[in-house]
Amino acid sequence: MSRLQRRRVLLALAAPALAVVVAFVVTSLILVVARDPVGQVWATLLTPPRPRLVVAILNGAIVYYVSAVAVAIGFRMNLFNIGVDGQYRVAAFAAAVVAGQAWLPGPLNVALGLVVAMLAGGLWAGIAGLLRIYRGVSEVISTIMLNAIATFLVAYLLRKAAVDGGGSNVVSTRPLPDASRVPGLPLVPGVSREVYGLVFLAVLVGLVYWFVLSRTRFGFDLRATGASESAAVASGVDVRRMVVTSMILSGMTAGLVGMPLLFGQDYAYGSTFQPGLGFAGIAIALLGRNHPVGIAFAALLWAYLDQQSNALQITAGVSDKLVGVIQGVIVLSVVIAYELVRRGGVALEQRRVASLLDASSGRPAEGAPA
Amino acid sequence: MRPAGRQRGACVIVGTRGASGRHASDESPAVELRGITKRFPGVVANRDVELTVRRGTVHAVVGENGAGKSTLMKILYGVQAPDEGTIAVDGTVRQLGSPSDAIAAGIGMVFQHFQLADNLTVLENVVLGAERRHGIGEAARTAIRELSAAYGLGVDPDALVATLGVGARQRVEILKVLFRGARIVILDEPTAVLVPQEVDELFDNLRGLKAEGLTVLFISHKLDEVLRVADAITVIRRGTTVAEVHPKEVSARELAELMVGSELPSPSTEESTVTDTPLLTVVDTSLDDPSGGRRLLEGIDLTVHAGEVVGIAGVEGNGQAELVEVVMGMREPTSGRILLGEQDVSSWPVRALREAGIGYVPEDRHRHGLLLEAPLWENVVLGHQTDPLYRTGPGGTLVDAAAARRETEQVVAQYDVRTPSIDVTAGSLSGGNQQKLILGREMRRSPRVLVAAHPTRGVDVGAQAAIWDHIKAARRAGLGVLLVSADLEELVGLSDTIRVILRGRLTGDFDPDTVTKEQLGAAMTGAAR
Ligand SMILES: Nc1ncnc2c1ncn2[C@@H]1O[C@H](COP(=O)(O)OP(=O)(O)OP(=O)(O)O)[C@@H](O)[C@H]1O
Ligand SMILES: [Mg+2]
Repeated sequence: MSRLQRRRVLLALAAPALAVVVAFVVTSLILVVARDPVGQVWATLLTPPRPRLVVAILNGAIVYYVSAVAVAIGFRMNLFNIGVDGQYRVAAFAAAVVAGQAWLPGPLNVALGLVVAMLAGGLWAGIAGLLRIYRGVSEVISTIMLNAIATFLVAYLLRKAAVDGGGSNVVSTRPLPDASRVPGLPLVPGVSREVYGLVFLAVLVGLVYWFVLSRTRFGFDLRATGASESAAVASGVDVRRMVVTSMILSGMTAGLVGMPLLFGQDYAYGSTFQPGLGFAGIAIALLGRNHPVGIAFAALLWAYLDQQSNALQITAGVSDKLVGVIQGVIVLSVVIAYELVRRGGVALEQRRVASLLDASSGRPAEGAPA
Repeated sequence: MRPAGRQRGACVIVGTRGASGRHASDESPAVELRGITKRFPGVVANRDVELTVRRGTVHAVVGENGAGKSTLMKILYGVQAPDEGTIAVDGTVRQLGSPSDAIAAGIGMVFQHFQLADNLTVLENVVLGAERRHGIGEAARTAIRELSAAYGLGVDPDALVATLGVGARQRVEILKVLFRGARIVILDEPTAVLVPQEVDELFDNLRGLKAEGLTVLFISHKLDEVLRVADAITVIRRGTTVAEVHPKEVSARELAELMVGSELPSPSTEESTVTDTPLLTVVDTSLDDPSGGRRLLEGIDLTVHAGEVVGIAGVEGNGQAELVEVVMGMREPTSGRILLGEQDVSSWPVRALREAGIGYVPEDRHRHGLLLEAPLWENVVLGHQTDPLYRTGPGGTLVDAAAARRETEQVVAQYDVRTPSIDVTAGSLSGGNQQKLILGREMRRSPRVLVAAHPTRGVDVGAQAAIWDHIKAARRAGLGVLLVSADLEELVGLSDTIRVILRGRLTGDFDPDTVTKEQLGAAMTGAAR
């Protein structure tokens, strides 16, 4: 029993590891073909990051993590929520506007901001869910459209909600009052930069995600629907309601993506608010196999590559865009690696059964526990 | 809309040809398997299998559920690679790495789940993927007509597959295999989905193939059928060949005992336990076809009392699937009412019906009964997510995995599900064992009403008898059963009343103690009126 589980864990780890190795080889080949200094590039990327960068990596990973969980919720139900990108921007904007009014004191204002963000994200994603069940529109199409709409809608509303940026051409919402700023945590000694206080939010999101999916009846229904819609229907799951609910949950989680940035760094939503987090989330969810711990490692790797890329231009004379290539290759190879590892696992198991059989001379046959 | 008359006409021709069938027995065998071994995680599906199939014969493979029959056939068709052993086709040893290798070697396979596209014609389905042979136009149409005539298949190349019944679809599948040049045809449980008339037609077709020098390998759990049509029978027990028998020299009972390796219990006769408390009542219920056309169900009236099994006989595609879906709340009837006890449940969703105590054994276990990639214990919860047994935590919102695992151990033990552990996926069980798992999970929740479509489809004779006993015991305790089955023996043996469904209407009402198979068959095909 426990051996079976240990084997599963090992196999689960083998696939992403293999993907990273493949990405390493493929990237090296690209560098060789492009006559770039391969050794220098890897030396740069693999140098242990300085403490200041460690903080940046952690902060990047926090945001990626939440985004990837939002995507994973959809994946578990065979829903491709490509719209996390739009959802988090709409949500961050809404939260910034509301929290900027400072209607409530201090921490309560933060809580209000989080609630508003979840509502806005859930609402935005819910549109795609409703379109899917009432009009049969694929959520892939509708969320891509909603991303585009979100971009323009937020830009348009930002103009209206903007306060005077004091001469700079950055437009942004009214800044949060000091009391509503979530202080950072000095987790890494010797640097002034701090880890987002809302790291707790990310941990909480991961815990809730794990618990709901693996322990609750709702999670069971959700996974069943993802595994076989027809069997889920026959088992009594209301699939239409499930589509809307999980889309909304995915959107609510997406709404939280921008919160560490808003309350821990930017203190307002402006035209420079970090874009593209939703798309990274898709890749990270894939690499992390929709598993709460797997996603955490994938998010760290992503953020690590992001931060290490900055030095490439200086030390190796190679564009930092290379890291984008590496990330892309990882995602492609991860899909292939999972299949390879799965087959390898079966072969391994068969050899093991065979050797057991030889040892115990024939008796355990069909149906016998191995 | 099955052109039954024409098919039967075609079969007559074949029947006369069948007499001159044997001519190739002195040549090398069509198929020779030596020392085939195949392992799956935790099980050895085949161990040192030896199988010789003479050319121009119908060769049956029988064995218990999970004995390894399907695996062996998949190995021969190149779907799965053996771990050890050799395959010789027509005397030459072959490496069959994929179905296309097998097709090149002249081997074709018809799977139990048909693989036809409904909205294409027979011609399109047949040429799909084999365009190289005769193109896709007139030449292909002629080739299909010729094959159909030569083997008495009675297949019209321009018919839309959606309009064909199960028997006809199966003939299209056989034709597909022949079109690709197969000289050796494998059929995995071809008769499980057929009613007796269709079985007769199929067997005539098989004899036709044999007469033309083709070789047929088929799997079946219905032993009298096997004895009727096979020239040779191989018995597989626990992954290995234990006997090769001649149909003239064994009885069905002896064959069953060879399979199981011990004596079979005799079936017990039962007193009627029917009461006059109605449990499930279907009142004047109709269902429109959403794509237009004839109504799928028309004025169905039906009552299942406590302690009663109401059997629905019919050729597949006459509305029994729709009737089950309407009763289970998966489709809303166009008109009519469905009562559970006194209560009108016509508009209740599936879950509410399940909670009210309706157990459900779906017709298609892969599509509706199981999560193939999930472990057995999750599959035992499936359909009973809200059952108090599996609920725990505040407000019962959590799944009690420990309870589910205990229950799964019970299901596996009581219903004889052969599996190395309850942590393997449902997809890795053999077909019959999957069926036993579904039946066990439903029966052990003590339903008030069981809606069962083909509850023992694909289950071996021993396990079938055990399942019937379980159902009879529950019936004594007041269970009402709506039983849809293609197996007349099951209908006659279990039912207290048999109704016949034909083109969406309930047409006949028979007493299982007095009805003959011929009467039922006539009513099912509409020949009675
Ligand atoms: N893909 C698979 N992975 C793991 N185990 C498998 C797989 N396919 C079959 N098995 C196992 O191999 C054994 C033989 O299965 P097989 O399907 O050949 O049985 P069968 O004789 O066709 O039974 P049935 O009459 O129930 O269809 C079973 O114990 C089954 O659990
Ligand atoms: Mg089988």
